[in-house]
Amino acid sequence: MTNHWRDIKNADLILINGANPAEAHPVGFQWFMRAKLDRGAKIIHADPRFTRTSAVADLYLRIRTGSDVAYFGGLINHVLQNNLFQDVYVRNYTNASFIVKQGFGFTDGLFSGYSSTKRAYDISSWSYEAGSDGFARRDMTLQDPRSVFQLMKTHYARYTPDVVSSITGIPVDEFKKVADLVGQMGKPDKVMTIVYAVGLTHHTTGGQLIRSGAVLQLLLGNMGRPGGGMNAERGHANIQGNTDHAISWEILPGYLRIPAPGQKNLDDYVAQSAPKKSDPNSWNFFGTNYRKFMVSTLKGWYGDTATKDNEFAFDYIPKPGQNSSWMSIYDQALKGKMEGVMLSGMTAASIGPDSNQVQQALSNLKWLVVMDALPTTSSEFWHAPGVDASQVKTEVFMLPATHWIEKDGSFVNSGRWSQWKDQVVPPQGQARHDHWILADIFSRVKALYNQQGGKFPDPIMHLTFNYKDPLKPELDEIAKEINGKDLATGKQMTTFANLKDDGTTTAGDWIYTGSYLDSGNLMKRRDGIQDPKTNDPTGMGFYPNWAWSWPLNRRVMYNRASADLDGKPWDPKRPGITWNGTRWVGDVPDYPATMNPHDPNAYLPFIMNGEGVGRLFSNGMIDGPFPEHYEPVESPVANPLHASVSASPVAFLYDQAAGRPNRFGTAAEFPYIATSYRLTEHEHYVTQHVPHLVQLQPEPFVEIPWELAQTKGIKTGDKVRVSSKRGKLEVLAVVTKRLGSMTVAGQKVFQIGIPIHWGYVGIAADSDPSHGRYWLANALTPFVGDANARTPEFKAFLVNLEKM
Amino acid sequence: MAVTIKPGESYGFFTDTSICIGCKACEVACKEWNQLQGDSPKFLADSYDNTGQLDDQNWRHVKFIDDVPAQSADAGNGKAFLMMSDVCKHCKHASCMEVCPTGAIIRTEFDTVFIQQDVCNGCRNCIAACPYSVIALNPATGTAHKCTLCYDRLQGGLQPACAKACPTQSIQFGPLAELQQAADVRLAALHSQGVTQAQLYGRDDKIYGGLNAFFLLMDKPETYGLPNAENAKLPSRNDVGGYVGALVTAVLGVIAGIVAFRRRGTS
Repeated sequence: MTNHWRDIKNADLILINGANPAEAHPVGFQWFMRAKLDRGAKIIHADPRFTRTSAVADLYLRIRTGSDVAYFGGLINHVLQNNLFQDVYVRNYTNASFIVKQGFGFTDGLFSGYSSTKRAYDISSWSYEAGSDGFARRDMTLQDPRSVFQLMKTHYARYTPDVVSSITGIPVDEFKKVADLVGQMGKPDKVMTIVYAVGLTHHTTGGQLIRSGAVLQLLLGNMGRPGGGMNAERGHANIQGNTDHAISWEILPGYLRIPAPGQKNLDDYVAQSAPKKSDPNSWNFFGTNYRKFMVSTLKGWYGDTATKDNEFAFDYIPKPGQNSSWMSIYDQALKGKMEGVMLSGMTAASIGPDSNQVQQALSNLKWLVVMDALPTTSSEFWHAPGVDASQVKTEVFMLPATHWIEKDGSFVNSGRWSQWKDQVVPPQGQARHDHWILADIFSRVKALYNQQGGKFPDPIMHLTFNYKDPLKPELDEIAKEINGKDLATGKQMTTFANLKDDGTTTAGDWIYTGSYLDSGNLMKRRDGIQDPKTNDPTGMGFYPNWAWSWPLNRRVMYNRASADLDGKPWDPKRPGITWNGTRWVGDVPDYPATMNPHDPNAYLPFIMNGEGVGRLFSNGMIDGPFPEHYEPVESPVANPLHASVSASPVAFLYDQAAGRPNRFGTAAEFPYIATSYRLTEHEHYVTQHVPHLVQLQPEPFVEIPWELAQTKGIKTGDKVRVSSKRGKLEVLAVVTKRLGSMTVAGQKVFQIGIPIHWGYVGIAADSDPSHGRYWLANALTPFVGDANARTPEFKAFLVNLEKM
Repeated sequence: MAVTIKPGESYGFFTDTSICIGCKACEVACKEWNQLQGDSPKFLADSYDNTGQLDDQNWRHVKFIDDVPAQSADAGNGKAFLMMSDVCKHCKHASCMEVCPTGAIIRTEFDTVFIQQDVCNGCRNCIAACPYSVIALNPATGTAHKCTLCYDRLQGGLQPACAKACPTQSIQFGPLAELQQAADVRLAALHSQGVTQAQLYGRDDKIYGGLNAFFLLMDKPETYGLPNAENAKLPSRNDVGGYVGALVTAVLGVIAGIVAFRRRGTS
């Protein structure tokens, strides 16, 4: 989240897309209700299904899954055509005025630079025209035909209400109602928030779906403001922490890029990774400090071994030669190139797309280690119903790991608050903490290198591991280490602004620098609602002494943009930060604390970007500088905007690239759109072991539109088979009018809803005669993902439906 | 919400269904605190409800009324796909108390209706008498069970588990007068927003003399399976007409008898 949960109460209008917060985030949902109850905020929910969120929204729009770029694109068009954007903000705080290079273009669904053989873009034309000073040229009148503003206006002019309706299935008059409400949010005294979750990310266009919302928010001047922002609800209590600490293959902690092959030293690395300054008034804080953050990370990891002479052990860091994201792992296993896999905190057999193919991949491994508190579909996959154990080559090790309730440590919530928690019960049986298991394995591997030597042991042998008990590091020690210290004084670092690139400072994750000071662990702070007057002095809900929020305890990111050019809040009733004549007050400023806004050299507001301003046009995405609507890979219709380039032209097609048979279906065989999701009663797959929750939703089912059910003679409680090109599900039907038909590209389509929680492990499966043989929802989903992040397209695919 | 809980005052629940999100946290929190095992898992083919009813194992029950109209744009705002966390109403005129032969059912110092397990003899009169089908016999103990309004928690100064767990404050616990005031404010706000179908249920004395656990509903009570004000009266209190009728019949009978005897006497 750019903002945080409590901040949602400050909004006038709440757009919810690709999310179902009432069910997936019921506790955080209290702030939606506070906005509604206390300030009369309106909630607009666009979703394929009428959910428990829709039930308490003011407007519900039945939208076709995966078509949100068209929805946001239509709103962008409405705002641009009717001059409803926040003019001062757009001119000064976004790159609307930047001039794009000659040669950039968009024709018939393709941006300039496309190669169909590589299925990739050469993005060199997606950049700014440089002026004589080397910086990007700007036209503050926004009239230049190659200004971002004019290019964007042309790009989105195609997204008329009729076109939006044809793509999304939302009736024109309903879309116009929303456009009217959203159009008012560009006024400085109004503010809107957009809330989304995996419903936007789980598409081949996932990154662009989110960007389209962010572009709308920039146009309305809502980024950086309390009550505004682009807010991702994370799917677990600590997914934000996972991401911050580099759970994804392409980043190091703190969103530093993973080094790439060919980078011989830190200069190469920084040159290819750090943002470049493209405006004289841009601070380019991230780009300027990239090297300091990287060196401090390396210094933290390799201590005395990391010296200036060896580029601070830069060579010890892997430089992956190919994509190593989720599907790539199983793709490699399918190719027989993966020896073993260790799973911690999730179950691969259930959570990935195309479970049947993933199970095939797992059975190709030599070994599989499952670290979990309870049996999972992965620990049991080798004897799952229908699997012949003798055909599985994999040796499976189940290592009992502690549950989070059995350990202390931090949870980082969607709003970036790192909150320390206590151990509630001691570990049961022989369970060990995951980090103790890893520490033990590390120690044994190190011992083997010591005894037997090996190729390039240095990254293992020299790793800093200074814990009181190296086999049992305490999470408190690790948290302290992550913060980083000044090696000269031994004192904890107080801010990443003081990190250095000369090897005198450390930081395990620079964005967490400042969380654990010499005075103690700030994540343990609990000055909350017991005394709102003292603990929330601005009344905006920042509660600065409740836990700790990255970066630097800032509660709303980009908050310089919450104030106008003079440093006054756009809305005095909802200040983020304010220039008081000598310094910025309010939230922790995302800006130098004493920089006078009237100084001609004052920095632009978005300090992390090379441009210094928000990007309406960005070359940071591989599938286009402006979000564009592409159909899901499996879709019943051709793209109404450009039928010849219907789906994403750059989404990576694993099976095709590997020469495996096609696993995508067509509308002729699989006529219905399906989408998968969670229910409030369960948490992914783990709660299949919790009796009280199994009682609430005891059996797998699919939700079927009433109208479609009528034609097939299906009633609630009947058993149905839902099949895709990849697999089938045999479960109960829930027939409901909450799902309905819609007209898309002149065609009547139906959407079927598929909750994900069941499998062949747990209370319900144990009591089923077939042991949940056809209960894995992801047996249906396609093995393809977002062009940028490769997040699987769980949310839009084609199925058939039969009554059994 | 911090509430100071004092014996001698009236407490209750205000359940605002317009902001209920059907998360069932109340059901689970209730079971966890009161150590209720719950029923064997069973798919009930009734929207998202697999609890079914209030009984000895289920003291909170979220009802789902899965009735979304085809036209979608303004179907939300609590008007469609209704959800309601049902519970023992802790009636002022509690029929269960009236019919209890052993005095097991009492009104506590918090003005709530409580079944004393050590006094209950399992006669089931209360089960038959409760107009809301709240009570059921626990086969293990042979006694009648229902929501205690967390009597034990109240004695310890804690609010009931369901209200504490409710993420949207759809379930509010507090002194009855304060809850009634909050409900009036909420109703007025909804009405001013044009949500005219919103109504309070059990806020005043028209429903069994008033309910300590009262509701804001988004449709008429019958939609939620609740008796409306015309029907929500105890036999002892709503049958004045019946008594008069019976009296008239009796008087007429006596007169008829006298007349008959007289006739016989004269014949």
